[in-house]
Amino acid sequence: MFALVDCNNFYVSCERVFNPKLKNRPVVVLSNNDGCVIARSNEVKSLGIKIGTPVFKCRQLLDPIGGKILSSNYTLYGDMSSRVMSLLEKFSPEIEIYSIDEAFLCLKGFEKLNLEEYAQEIRKFIEKCTGIPLSVGIGPTKTLAKIANNFAKKSSTAKGTCVIKKSNHKDILKLTSVENIWGVGPRYAKLLNRNLIFNAYQFCNLQDSWLRKKMTVMGLRTAYELRGHSCFEIDDIPAARKDIASSRSFGKPVESLKELEQALASYVSQATKRLREQSLAVSTLTVYLTTNRFKSNDAQYSNSITYKLQTATSYTPQLISHATFLLKKIYKKGFRYKKTGVILSNLSNEEERQPGLFECTEKRTENKSLMTAVDEINTRFGRKAITFGSEGIDQEWKMRRNYLSPCYTTCWKDIPLIKI
Amino acid sequence: MSRIFYFGLINMKITEIRLATRLKPLSRPLFICKVAAGFPSPAEDYIDKRLDLNNYLIKHAAATFFLRVSGDSMIGAGIFSNDILIVDRSITAKSGKIVIAIVNGEMTVKRIIFNSKQTTLYSENDEYPNINITDDTDFEIWGVVTYVIHKAE
Repeated sequence: MFALVDCNNFYVSCERVFNPKLKNRPVVVLSNNDGCVIARSNEVKSLGIKIGTPVFKCRQLLDPIGGKILSSNYTLYGDMSSRVMSLLEKFSPEIEIYSIDEAFLCLKGFEKLNLEEYAQEIRKFIEKCTGIPLSVGIGPTKTLAKIANNFAKKSSTAKGTCVIKKSNHKDILKLTSVENIWGVGPRYAKLLNRNLIFNAYQFCNLQDSWLRKKMTVMGLRTAYELRGHSCFEIDDIPAARKDIASSRSFGKPVESLKELEQALASYVSQATKRLREQSLAVSTLTVYLTTNRFKSNDAQYSNSITYKLQTATSYTPQLISHATFLLKKIYKKGFRYKKTGVILSNLSNEEERQPGLFECTEKRTENKSLMTAVDEINTRFGRKAITFGSEGIDQEWKMRRNYLSPCYTTCWKDIPLIKI
Repeated sequence: MSRIFYFGLINMKITEIRLATRLKPLSRPLFICKVAAGFPSPAEDYIDKRLDLNNYLIKHAAATFFLRVSGDSMIGAGIFSNDILIVDRSITAKSGKIVIAIVNGEMTVKRIIFNSKQTTLYSENDEYPNINITDDTDFEIWGVVTYVIHKAE
C-alpha cells in the first residue's frame, strides 16, 4: 500500500499560517518577477482566475473585493516544506519527496491498520504542527494513491482522505477521466479519447499489446498499476543532478554589458554554491542571453555559447571569470535583453576528480578553503551576506517582487510580531 | 658498531695506526610508536559535548516557531515587550498554559483557562481585558508558548 500526501494550495497556505487575516480572503501568489498567477486560494478559483493569469488582470478582479496578491516567497515555502516532510517521517519508514508539497509514503506492512483512521491521523497531525492543510490518498499502487488523493481533495464528502480498497476500486476508476491519470498527459488523453477510452476503468481493460505499442512500456506499467499491481517503488534516493542551471528574467530590460555581467556573476555564484553543496565540480559551462520574444516591437536576438574547461572545478571566481569572458563573445550592443543565464553540465564528484597536468594543488586547496569560508558566512548571516564584487552593488536588474511577505521562519528580523 | 681507526697526524705524517676501543654492542628497544608527553588527562572518560541551547529549548524542531511580542498585557507572566517567544505547535494546550491564539483573525498571546462550560483567554495585566470565547467567536489556538527569551537590561 502507498499513500500520497499533498498539501492543499501550498503557497497560499504557507502565507496564511503567519497572516491569519488571509484565511477566508481570495489570495493569489505570483510567479518570478510578479508575472502571472502560480497559486490560488479556493475563493479565487471560483472567480475565473486561472494559473497563468497575468498580474494586471488579477488586480482588476481582486482589488474591488479585497483580494490579496503576493509575490512568491520561496524561502518561506522551502522551509515549511522541509518541516512537513520531516514530520511525515513519523508515519512511514520509507518516504519519497515528490515535489515541494507532495510525498509518497510506503505503507507496506500497515495493511492491518484502519487506513482511513491512519490517513486522518496524518492530516490532523501535520495541520496541527504546521498549520498546512493536507489531503491523503491511499491505494495499493502509487498511481492509485495519486487518484485517491485527487478524490480526497475534490470530493465534498471525503473529509480530505480517500482509501482505495477492493470495494470501491472499480467505481473510483470509472469516475476518473483519463487525463487525470498520473502519467497520461494531454496527448495520450486525446489518443485514448479517439479510441473511445474516457475513464481509467476502460483504460486498464485495454489489451497489454495495444498499450505497449501505443503508449510504450510506461503506459503498460500505468495500466498495471491501475489494476492494482505495483510497478513503481518508493524512490528514496534522489538521482544525482545531471546539470545545474541558474538564471532569472530581469525586472526591466537590460542593455549594458556591465549589468549583464553583474547578473551573470550572481547566477554563477548561486549555481556553484549548489555545486559545492553536492560535492560536485563542473567541466562544461554554457552561457546564454535572450531578448523578450513577447515584445514584438523590440529587435530580437538570442544566443548561447558552450566551453569545456581543462579541469573540473567548483571555484566561483574562476567560473565567474570564464562566464563573463563567454558572455562578451555573444553580447551584441543595441538589444534590450530579458534574460541571461548559465548552465553547468558534465558534473563530476569533487572527490573522484582527476587532477590536471598543469594544476597547482596548493592553490586548489587554498581556493577550496576560501569557498568553504564564504559558504559558511552566508549560511550563518543570511543568503547574500557576502557576495563577489562582480555581482555589483545596485543590482537594478534584480527580479521584481513587489508583494513579498517576510521570511517568517528563517530570518530573525522577519519573525512575526504580535501586539499583545 | 663499526671500528674506529685513529690516525696520528704529526706534521702531516702518519706515525701510527691503532684500533680504537672496541665498543660492545648494547641492544636497546626501538620505540615503534610515539609516546604522549605528560600524564593522561583524568577527564578523558568524562568528556561531554558542550551545552547546546537548541537541545534544551526545542523538543520538536519541525513544529517550533519563533514570534516576537510588542505590548504589556502579559507582564504578569514575565512576557515583556520585544521578547521572543518559542512556540511549539505540536503540544496540545492544557488549561492554564500560555498560548498563541487567533481571535477574529488577530494573533494574540494569553493564558487559556477552560473547563467543560467556559473558555477564557486571560491577560496578565489588570489594565487589559480578558477575552471570553463563545460559540460565535472566531477562535483558534495557534500554538503553546514553551519559553520566553527576555534580554537582561
